[in-house]
Amino acid sequence: MKGRFISACGVSVFLAGCSGLQSSQSVVNPEGLQAARIDHLFWLMFWVCTIAFVITIAALSRAVLRKRETPVENFRPVDRAEATKTRVVAVAIAITVLSLFGLLVSSILTGKAIASLHPQNPLTIEVVGHQWWWEIRYPNSDASKTVITANEIHVPVGTPVVMNSTSRDVIHSFWAPNIHGKRDLIPGYQTALWFQADKEGTYRGQCAEFCGHQHAHMAFFLVAETPEKFNAWLQQQRTSAKDPQDAAAQKGQQFFLSHTCVMCHTVRGTIAGSNVGPDLTHLASRQTIAAGTLPNNPGNLGGWIINSQSIKPGNRMPPNQMNSDDLQSLLTYLETLK
Amino acid sequence: MKIHLILSTVLLLVLVACTRETRDFQQPAALSEPASGVHMSELHPGGAPVPKPITNPFESNAYGVSEGKRLYESYNCVGCHAHGGGGIGPPLIDLKWIYGAEPANVYATIVEGRPNGMPSFRGKIPENQVWEIVAYVRSLSGQLSKDVSGGREDHMYGKKAESSTPKENPKISRPLGNPVPEHKQ
Amino acid sequence: MTPDPNISEERLTHVEVEHATDDDATLHQRLDKTWSDPSGFIGWFKQVNHRSIGKRYIVTAFIFFLLGGSLAALMRIQLARPENNFLGPDKYNQIFTMHGSTMMFLFAVPMMFEALSVYLVPLMVGSRNIAFPRLNAYSYYLYLCGGIMLFVAFFLNIGPDTGWFSYVPLSGPDFSPGKRVDFWAQMITFTEVSALAVAVEIIVTVFKMRAPGMSLNRIPLFVWASLVTAFMVIFAMPSIMLSSTMLIMDRLVSTQFFNPAEGGDALLYQHLFWFFGHPEVYIIFIPGLGVVSSVIAAFSRRHVFGYLALVLSLVTTAFVGFGLWVHHMFATGLPQLGESFFTAASLMIAIPTATQIYCWIATMWGRRPVLMTPMYWVLGFFFILIMGGLTGIMLASVPLDLQVHDTFFVVAHFHYVLIGGAVFPLFAALYFWFPKITGRMLSEAAGKWNFWLFFFGFNMTFFPMHILGLRGMPRRVYAYPPEMGWTAMNVIASLGAVLMTVSVLIFLANVFWSMRRGAIAGDNPWGAGTLEWGTSSPPPSYNFLHIPTVNGREALWDAAPNQAIVTGLRTDVREVLVTNYLDAAPDHRTEFPDASIWPFLAALATTALFIGSIFTPWAVPIGAIPVAITMTGWFWPGKEESRRRKATEKWAEEEA
Repeated sequence: MKGRFISACGVSVFLAGCSGLQSSQSVVNPEGLQAARIDHLFWLMFWVCTIAFVITIAALSRAVLRKRETPVENFRPVDRAEATKTRVVAVAIAITVLSLFGLLVSSILTGKAIASLHPQNPLTIEVVGHQWWWEIRYPNSDASKTVITANEIHVPVGTPVVMNSTSRDVIHSFWAPNIHGKRDLIPGYQTALWFQADKEGTYRGQCAEFCGHQHAHMAFFLVAETPEKFNAWLQQQRTSAKDPQDAAAQKGQQFFLSHTCVMCHTVRGTIAGSNVGPDLTHLASRQTIAAGTLPNNPGNLGGWIINSQSIKPGNRMPPNQMNSDDLQSLLTYLETLK
Repeated sequence: MKIHLILSTVLLLVLVACTRETRDFQQPAALSEPASGVHMSELHPGGAPVPKPITNPFESNAYGVSEGKRLYESYNCVGCHAHGGGGIGPPLIDLKWIYGAEPANVYATIVEGRPNGMPSFRGKIPENQVWEIVAYVRSLSGQLSKDVSGGREDHMYGKKAESSTPKENPKISRPLGNPVPEHKQ
Repeated sequence: MTPDPNISEERLTHVEVEHATDDDATLHQRLDKTWSDPSGFIGWFKQVNHRSIGKRYIVTAFIFFLLGGSLAALMRIQLARPENNFLGPDKYNQIFTMHGSTMMFLFAVPMMFEALSVYLVPLMVGSRNIAFPRLNAYSYYLYLCGGIMLFVAFFLNIGPDTGWFSYVPLSGPDFSPGKRVDFWAQMITFTEVSALAVAVEIIVTVFKMRAPGMSLNRIPLFVWASLVTAFMVIFAMPSIMLSSTMLIMDRLVSTQFFNPAEGGDALLYQHLFWFFGHPEVYIIFIPGLGVVSSVIAAFSRRHVFGYLALVLSLVTTAFVGFGLWVHHMFATGLPQLGESFFTAASLMIAIPTATQIYCWIATMWGRRPVLMTPMYWVLGFFFILIMGGLTGIMLASVPLDLQVHDTFFVVAHFHYVLIGGAVFPLFAALYFWFPKITGRMLSEAAGKWNFWLFFFGFNMTFFPMHILGLRGMPRRVYAYPPEMGWTAMNVIASLGAVLMTVSVLIFLANVFWSMRRGAIAGDNPWGAGTLEWGTSSPPPSYNFLHIPTVNGREALWDAAPNQAIVTGLRTDVREVLVTNYLDAAPDHRTEFPDASIWPFLAALATTALFIGSIFTPWAVPIGAIPVAITMTGWFWPGKEESRRRKATEKWAEEEA
């Protein structure tokens, strides 16, 4: 009785918890082809398992609470109904085996469905994991047209995407739950993952394999947009950074190129060409900084440059010492990197 | 007596372990400047002065040395010195030091540069990172305690691993209906 | 199910069988003189009887449980608020690694397998001691030293910080500077050696030292569970020993096993680790199943339904448990056909577990088991384990696993399985056998409080984690953004942890109170049927005055009115009866070693070697010398023993 009550409560709490909020990083709120199939499978399994749980707990409660056939003191090796019990247990095991087989088949079918897209014209992207940010590349046979960005993936809606991924340091795991399950990025291996976003929107994803100090702050955003918008974005990302026009920004660029920044970052169109940290050519066009940790605005960016260690302790960007004038002009320059 | 011995051993352990294992993320942001007591020229009137010893705190800190190793890669020291074996620049794993083996000498070499190709990194690398690189560089020639410097060098040899798949031909783990076509705009 | 007739006397070739003895008091004196271990401070380190060592295992493992639990409480405080600054990433990573490593290596395996088996198995099979008693003492000291080493390292800020799984390359020399991971890897070595030693002892005890008449089909189910676990330990542990040794060699002597740049392979480590890691779950969980069988049989007053099915289920679980390690690696991108195989294997393992649950329900059906505290914990076990098993079925499916792998959904799942499958049975076991170990009963009232607080606290802590995982919260994060909507669930989970803490404190109070003032238990307070209840509580130094003979699965219940006993064993030396492994027919008699300080010294020497090798490879050849010396001392025969042996030889010659 109590068991049934508790399990009923559990199921309702669970359902409420799952359906309560439309989240942008949720398994049960699918917006992609693969995630939708997995979501169906999840609910199938959820209900099969719930029914199995309720039946077993009901049988257990009845066994515990049922009237005793013999007085408590008496030891009897077997009961009168031993043969019946054997039959019931055998049937129960048979039902278990059959349901497990059913679940196996549905799992394999789902696995096949999400693996084999037959795309006419897929978009290829490359994702490289770093401690603790994501390098995103849109390769092109013409090297000058290759787009390199960080922590923000743009994909056209309704187009299959093949993601080739690897890691530069430790194992990371790419996971945008609204679109697809996760894929580990393993140094020394290259793996491919197919996915397709079905609805416009911005979906959050996060590293899912423990990768060191800032594993918690290694997020990215997947922006699904119409093909037109996507192509416009891609064209824009292909351009090199333009030299700034106003004096403050020029001073900022001068500072950028003569100080520590240039040791790690690239701004295409300038002499800054190091690929230790994220490519900053179009920094101002991104929504967030520090791998999805902070919204991209001058205040956050300034705080990040001066002392990123207070925001993401242990991250690879060193604290930087500069006076406020220099910082202002540097920020003005970075804001021009649209 | 015995208790004193045990206590002092424990205290010693604590001190050693503390400095070796700390991960200090909050470091001062000072830019690299010439360290005091570092001589810039090899010419000294009246014989070479005794160099003022400067202790580098990262030399007893494993995390500092490992950061130095990472930065040594990142800032492309490998371009000239390789992974210690040298190339365009002199090797760093031997005990021959043209400009001195003390931490302060190595620091000065990085910050000020040296004739015949070693560039100056003054202002380009924060002071603490320079000291981390100094610690790593000195560990290459075995001048640091073994429990502080890392074991193997992951990239010591340049050759590609047999198991690593060439990038041009990605290993697709899912069976696919057709090969990956080039994405056309 | 009909009891066999009394054991035939012809089979007892080497020993006489008598039906009564009148001078039990004299016999007690003589046996006690022979079998008592030395007492006092030095004597404490010499003890080799399985009860002392077993009790030490129980207490030590429980202390590690409390330490691991305190670490978990710290993590729950950190996660109670988004972007909390209570612990930084460095401390948090050390703490979750220590929590996992402590609970798996220093609590769960030593408690569920070593502690319970070492104490109970010799009593349940009717033997005077465990096989290889000195090895047993050695294994305990090694385990203790390994655990102390890990925690001393942790308090010195050398706590491992790469997760209890220590995946390379994160745990390799490039990304884990210092000695943190080396201490973790050596802790594995310590616990593995100790678990392997106990596994050997248990297998020999069960196969060769059972009371006459306890044929394989009459072994109590708990002993079956221990035996199966022991075999699993022997096959699983070498794999992690290999991986942790390769890791430590990569770190210390610059081998390249896991370095992709040199032809090493990061995935190899995962295969080796999980080839151990998955069976590990069953190593923890199978002894719990044995406990459940014991408790249910005792409180239902009947033989467990479907003995054969239960034994075969245990064996099947052990076999299939080795065939599903890859389901921890579905996200690495393995070929689909291979993944489907492991899905099938992972689903298949649900069948033996389901079979056992059905058999237990059938046992209780119509018997209305007496609801005392051990039975409460068993019922809690059903509720929680079934839930954990069902989420396990979901995780077996590749597509679903790709979504929930490495999220809080998995955290919820394995806590349901491991706490449900091991900690609930453990509490049942402690309430059930505490009277046997101490001679006093634990308080029932406190026991019920302990149970209900733990049960509700547990569900409050871990149920919301399912939802957190589905809503995208990954594992092993020290902070999360406030806008993700994860805060409320995390707060509930942290409050549940408070309830669990209170519950464990009640348990401790109950133990301390009951040890002094609990009701006197008597030999068999529950009226249970296995052999350990046939001797006094706590058992005497020699366990059984007369080695019993066995007629059925529940030896005491199935005993004939005038059940035969074994006599003829020497009382002036530690002589035990060795029986054959199928029928437990008497085979021969053998002499057991006395108490000795050498196993303790050998463990210290081994500890010095292991810890030294963290700092220099020279510790291995140099440290081997004291190990060799102490081991030689350990096996050096005493004067008395040699004289006796020689005498027997002469006698044999004369006979010939």
